[in-house]
Amino acid sequence: MPNIQNVLTEMLSYPFLVRALTVGLLVSLCAALLGVSLVLKRYSMIGDGLSHVGFGTLAVATALNAAPLAVSIPVVVLAAFLLLRISENSRIKGDAAIALISTSALAVGVLVISLTTGMNTDVCNYMFGSILAMSKGDVRLSVALSVVVLLLFILFYNKIFAVTFDENYARATGTKSGLYNMLIAFLTAITIVLGMRMMGAMLISSLVIFPALTAMRVCKRFKSVTLCAAVVSVLCFFAGVVISYLCATPTGASVVIVNIAAFLLFWLAGALRTVRPA
Amino acid sequence: MALFTCRDLSFAYEGNTVVAGLNFSVQRGDYLCVVGENGSGKSTLIKGLLGLKQPQGGEITRGENLKSHEIGYLPQQTAAQKDFPASAYEVVLSGRLGMRGLRPFYSGADKAAAAEIMERLDISLLAGCCYRDLSGGQQQRVLLARALCAAAVGSGSGHGLRALLLDEPVTGLDPIVTYDLYQQLSRVNEEAGLGIVMISHDVRSAVLYASHILHLDGGQAFFGSAADYAASETGARFLGR
Repeated sequence: MPNIQNVLTEMLSYPFLVRALTVGLLVSLCAALLGVSLVLKRYSMIGDGLSHVGFGTLAVATALNAAPLAVSIPVVVLAAFLLLRISENSRIKGDAAIALISTSALAVGVLVISLTTGMNTDVCNYMFGSILAMSKGDVRLSVALSVVVLLLFILFYNKIFAVTFDENYARATGTKSGLYNMLIAFLTAITIVLGMRMMGAMLISSLVIFPALTAMRVCKRFKSVTLCAAVVSVLCFFAGVVISYLCATPTGASVVIVNIAAFLLFWLAGALRTVRPA
Repeated sequence: MALFTCRDLSFAYEGNTVVAGLNFSVQRGDYLCVVGENGSGKSTLIKGLLGLKQPQGGEITRGENLKSHEIGYLPQQTAAQKDFPASAYEVVLSGRLGMRGLRPFYSGADKAAAAEIMERLDISLLAGCCYRDLSGGQQQRVLLARALCAAAVGSGSGHGLRALLLDEPVTGLDPIVTYDLYQQLSRVNEEAGLGIVMISHDVRSAVLYASHILHLDGGQAFFGSAADYAASETGARFLGR
């Protein structure tokens, strides 16, 4: 077993790994915070739907030779607002609407890819992520956007709680819940796009859903759920990257596997506590 | 000037009128119970008073410069809330949000008000408990505390809570807890002069505790004092006499 300190020093000597870690840790932090609200509002699938839309836009951006983030962010943000509106108003129920939009975007993406570059490694990387995906420009944009997401979340934490717990009540007492739903959708869209190329379009929604569910196994207060989810998410991402480095496994999948392990561990702890109350 | 005045009010869902011809008002210190069969438009009316649902016709006037954040609301519980990981204190404190405006964090005064309300409703011991672990009666009390917390009742600040709207608060509660809840409502009604509008299927208690009754049956079957209602034909039929 290699010495952990040596491994870390070695990892940090690769600029691409430093970039990936920087963006990845920030994205997993944002995703975990937003995930708590999304999971509790029964919007878990929005993250999944958005990542498929993201895949479609990446394919189109590559075909057009455009900057991937510049194309993806506005389109995915639009898709997020659309999904939100549909799940609130329409006769098509939220989950069905998300399935419709995500498969449509996937189909468009696959079609565009086969008409242009064909199925190659790039495409595989969009689907399942690549640790090499982050350029310097991407890192700068990602860090800036992540900081914005974090600041907005902290600033609107109390409103987000109220809107998550009881939207009707919040609306009745003068909180603009529509606005905060849009804010959550907007921040989620940005987080998904930022994390997508590293984690992969198929896997990014796990960053949104897993930490929240894991934290809810043991925590009983909204604040502790939120904090616990954030810590779990960051630790799992870090562990996942280290494992993927040591075992040469795909990064996205490794992070998800670590998240599954953490979930099972917390679930066990929660179950033990209910059986034998402290 | 009344807190709420409704003139010729009607509500519809997708063009189908559920209730029409409502003419009533809620004065300061009134305790109005809205009764009627399922689907007679009671919840819709409450949503209308809160501004969550636009009327189809007629108008609702809010009097005495009544602001949104001066109205407390105790909604029916949603499925998502039943397993929500939040402490009772967090839920109660969120009642203060309406009056915070754009200021992002709660002040010491907000926290003190939340603690005081919990003390008054006898749920201080539950403060740290998880909302989903509470019994139905305790959950209802926490939600009542949140509604009352919307502005410190009778705090002398001049901007206290002035109206409380409740949507079937006693449904699913046992008789003792129900009795407690009615006592507490009567108390805030008398002490703080709070206008109460409550939907209830518990007509007997409604006649007992409320000052006014509004009976809906697609229209306005009765509006008047509780004593008159008990004596009226509509009331007698609904009370099973």
